[in-house]
Amino acid sequence: MHSSLIAWILRAVPFGTIIMYGALGEILTEKSGNLNLGVPGIMYLGGFAGFASAYYYETLSASPNAFVCIVVALVCAVLASMAGGLIYSFLTITLRANQNVTGLALTTFGMGVANFFGVFILNGSSYAAAPLANKAFAAQMPVLSKLGDAGKILFSYGFLAYAALLLAVVLHWFFTRTRVGLNLRAVGENPATADAAGINVTLYKYAATCVGAAICGLGGLYYVLDYNQGIWATTDQIEALGWLAVALVIFTTWKPLNAIWGAYLFGMLYWLYQFLPSLLGITVSSAMTDLIQMLPYVVTIGVLIVVSLRKKKENQPPAHLGLAYFREER
Amino acid sequence: MAQPQNAIRLERVTKTFGEVVANKDVSLNVRRGEILALLGENGSGKTTLMNMIAGIYYPDGGQIYVDDQPVDIRSPRDALGLGIGMIHQHFKLVDVFTATENIALSMDKGEKFDLRKVHDKARAICEKYQFALDLDQKVYEMSVSQKQTLEIVKVLYRGADILILDEPTAVLTPQETERLFAVIRNMKADGKAVIIITHKLHEVLSISDRVAILRKGEYVGDIATKNATESILTEMMVGEKVVLNIDRPVPENPVRRLAIRNLTVVGPEGNHVLDNADFDVFGGEILGIAGISGNGQKELLEAIAGLQTAAPGAKIEFFPPDSDTPVELVGKSPKAIREAGIHLSFVPEDRLGMGLVGSMGMTDNMMLKSYGKGVSPIVDRKAPHDLAEEIREELGVVTPSLNTPVSRLSGGNVQKVLVGRELAADPIVLMTAYAVRGLDINTSYTIYRLLNEQKKKGVAVIYVGEDLDVLLELCDRILILCGGRVNGILDGRSATKEEVGLRMTNLVKEAGV
Amino acid sequence: MSSTQTVREPLVRIVKREGATLPKKILVRAVAILLALVVDAMFIYFVTGLNPLAVYGVMWGGTFANPTRFSWMLRDLVTLLCVGIGLAPAFKMRFWNCGGEGQILIGGLATALVMVYLGSSLPAPLLFLCMAGASLAAGALWGVIPAWFKSRWNTNETLFTLMMNYVATSIVACMTNIMRGSASSLGTLNKATKAGWFPVFMGQRYNINIIVVVVLTFAMYAYLKYSKQGYEISVVGESENTARYAGINVRRVMVRTMLISGAICGLCGFLIVAGRDQTISTTSAGGRGFTAIIVAWLAKFNTFTMALIAFLLVFLERGASEIASAYSLNQYAADIITGVILFFILGSEFFINYRVVPRGMHKEER
Repeated sequence: MHSSLIAWILRAVPFGTIIMYGALGEILTEKSGNLNLGVPGIMYLGGFAGFASAYYYETLSASPNAFVCIVVALVCAVLASMAGGLIYSFLTITLRANQNVTGLALTTFGMGVANFFGVFILNGSSYAAAPLANKAFAAQMPVLSKLGDAGKILFSYGFLAYAALLLAVVLHWFFTRTRVGLNLRAVGENPATADAAGINVTLYKYAATCVGAAICGLGGLYYVLDYNQGIWATTDQIEALGWLAVALVIFTTWKPLNAIWGAYLFGMLYWLYQFLPSLLGITVSSAMTDLIQMLPYVVTIGVLIVVSLRKKKENQPPAHLGLAYFREER
Repeated sequence: MAQPQNAIRLERVTKTFGEVVANKDVSLNVRRGEILALLGENGSGKTTLMNMIAGIYYPDGGQIYVDDQPVDIRSPRDALGLGIGMIHQHFKLVDVFTATENIALSMDKGEKFDLRKVHDKARAICEKYQFALDLDQKVYEMSVSQKQTLEIVKVLYRGADILILDEPTAVLTPQETERLFAVIRNMKADGKAVIIITHKLHEVLSISDRVAILRKGEYVGDIATKNATESILTEMMVGEKVVLNIDRPVPENPVRRLAIRNLTVVGPEGNHVLDNADFDVFGGEILGIAGISGNGQKELLEAIAGLQTAAPGAKIEFFPPDSDTPVELVGKSPKAIREAGIHLSFVPEDRLGMGLVGSMGMTDNMMLKSYGKGVSPIVDRKAPHDLAEEIREELGVVTPSLNTPVSRLSGGNVQKVLVGRELAADPIVLMTAYAVRGLDINTSYTIYRLLNEQKKKGVAVIYVGEDLDVLLELCDRILILCGGRVNGILDGRSATKEEVGLRMTNLVKEAGV
Repeated sequence: MSSTQTVREPLVRIVKREGATLPKKILVRAVAILLALVVDAMFIYFVTGLNPLAVYGVMWGGTFANPTRFSWMLRDLVTLLCVGIGLAPAFKMRFWNCGGEGQILIGGLATALVMVYLGSSLPAPLLFLCMAGASLAAGALWGVIPAWFKSRWNTNETLFTLMMNYVATSIVACMTNIMRGSASSLGTLNKATKAGWFPVFMGQRYNINIIVVVVLTFAMYAYLKYSKQGYEISVVGESENTARYAGINVRRVMVRTMLISGAICGLCGFLIVAGRDQTISTTSAGGRGFTAIIVAWLAKFNTFTMALIAFLLVFLERGASEIASAYSLNQYAADIITGVILFFILGSEFFINYRVVPRGMHKEER
């Protein structure tokens, strides 16, 4: 029982890390008032760009270096997902296209781009691997991870899992303690007031959306090069994770710190079915596993309802979420 | 502070919006250590004028001087840089932020960002002027007066020494007003220049040093407050009576149609937007409702129409023409009122946001209230089409087609469509809110004519208006609303403009009904 | 009145435009599609080195090469259009039903369950009735739940319906696992008896789908345009204030409309299962619930325009899979080409709704 609890945590944390990136990026984006439903597409873009660059670096370089590999993959993932964010920003902010529709189109597009080019790398086989990159991204802490169970639970993940934690804290600090963060929240809450205070609403929206997209893209990168052991295959898995990240944003009530425990909780719930028998002695028929995997979404719906019921202002989405800002309107 | 010096001076400032001249050649000044009251009716251009000083509009002509130096104010930031801070009627605050965060939002870019320092500095300002403001409170938890205080602290924080307050007392209780005035006097003692826009004469007299008066966009003159009385100010504000020659037939045997008792409406802020209204409405007469806008007119009409919840204890009794038993309207939805066979027509103030559907054409708008008639699930467009055609002909509505979205028509045509539909419903009671606002002379007279025709048919007409000359010539009785209270009902034929103007701005102690 | 308006005039100013004329609207969109095709052509050329015109020619063949291709295109078209028709009333009411995917799946699942468990005991007409009824009810339920919460507590419907998709997906996964028993996959339902399969009509089972959707297209057009309920939907969508003024019960209209919206999406699940796939899986909806949002939005809820846009998208998709097999590329090219075209069409809306005024070309407007 004890060992299966540890195994459960070791499953849940990396899973949670993927969606934590997605959720943190989307929180940043939504704080500026942009509801970007292109998260799955952006995660595809980031994941694929990161994988492809690492893969080519590994195969083409005579003596590939792990550190360079990490840098190359990170830079490419960030650039590709920012490009996705930029398309979304240009359409919704400058051209004032509908945010929901644009986001959905971006999801289609991102999936298409990643899978289309992915096929070239696969070149007929069912998967392609970037083992060096995986080794670099999934490298555990040298000594600490060997320190018994605690060491395993705390220190046996790739560096991006810790970076996600750090990012959540940094974002929290950014939103509450910095001028730029305060201005950004004002833009998402009440752009007219922000505009009157001399804040460049357009610039803030662009920046938040593109940086947010970059963070989402890191989730895709982490999925491919760490969680999925550096293997690229054509799956729908990233899309499902993307929507789960959107759910997590609601679950956190737009607070980055909540994303930490929320993401791990989602991970625990997602993998619950595997550990029910050994932990609680409940045997579930294999058919039920899907119902258990549905729990994160059901929990999110519950949060959504409770939040709208209680009407507590702090837990509401940014007031101007989903709406374009046009200074001369009204 | 050696000698009084002009903080702000305007020289022949002009501003037009399209065809409308909002301010024409206005010259005006305010000195340091002085409180200037800016007085004028609705639409006299006070807010526009102040918005030019605050950097929201840019004047088309004329020059603004600060400390007798010519300046160019292009944005609110420019204005703040010159020490000018304006407190708008509609607050510019972020609801989910604390007071401190809101203050930090507009702070100078050069200042280091440290919320604790902001908090301390704001605290010092609050102590200096004795503001009771919790700087850690969220804005959405604040009362209106606290939000206003926060706006004031915000501009003081930025170092403003010229303050403009746009109708600051409109949303305050008398006690809160007193406190605000104490603050303003403090600021004056501190050498700041204050401009306060208000309609309330007694407030003008109690707070200001000097009063400047605008009428229809033009500067009428100023007067030292110590030499002013309410009647002098009213006269300057409303001007000479203008004869409009609106027809006013004598009511023929008026019958009581509505009896309104103890009607109170509680606003979203918890205050009484309409307070204990008590009056009767008669068929065959036009009851005018006068008042500065926002003094309960909207709530009064909407409560009668079933769109506002009346506080417990209220009664709105309707006396049908064909029966002796009155019908209670309180608690009835618009649909229930209609289904009870009560022909209640309502021309609301917000024509495209409430009275009509902007994206639909005339035909579809005709059936807004009548589409549900009959059992067929299909909408009958024949009758509405004919009605639309008839209204287009009779009222001369200019539209490319009956299916052109009404939002694309001009203001006058929009109003003709709305009034036409409401009159076609064969009303027993007809309520209109600002029926001629924004319309040209000809259309306005068309509307007056239509109202008089209804009156002659025995309809009970309620006319909420803003132009006193019109009210005095059109209406048989004039009810004056002030601060949500019925501040007297005067006979339209004998009342004077001054009398109505006074009651609009000043609660009469024993407001007899 | 505008809240702030700094007067230093920017290089260009953007002004809201009311009512662009129809030819102008068509022109703007045509230019957008043309530009998108140019961008796609550049993409094709740089990635594959193929002559874009030749590639477009092959794409054309994906739909028009022979009658069978054309009929496949029609099959795909009506499936997408059916969802679009379902979403139209909700969107017209400004209710963001992003849950089409889940409503299709749950409707399809209800159909499949009736097929499997009642297929042998009911006569065919009654069976079809039960299948249709079950799918309508299931889809309606999936639509009404978020609507009810929205009408009472203003719960965000975009996010709610989105989550409902995955609840439906999980339930479908679970049920298919139960239904398949020990088999490795569910496979075709009622393979032996063909109970609950649409009969072959004019050569294809899915021709019945086409007929149903054509009827729905006319019916929904008429419902939105000529019925009293359709009128109420328009008023609520335009302004809740006006709706209250007109005496419309906004809450009731909201729940009723989502009932219809969900039911039609559920019916689409029925058509997919009975007329097309004869099975159910988590990918039965295949993203149509999302694509249909774009279809309904771009068509401004006119079902005939929706047919046109659905045609464009399906044409691209079939064309791209044609390229895929002809040039040994892959069918994901369709997503890219479609994505680019959607971006351009979405962006082109701007030029219909706004005018760009260069500096010094205007008078102050109120």
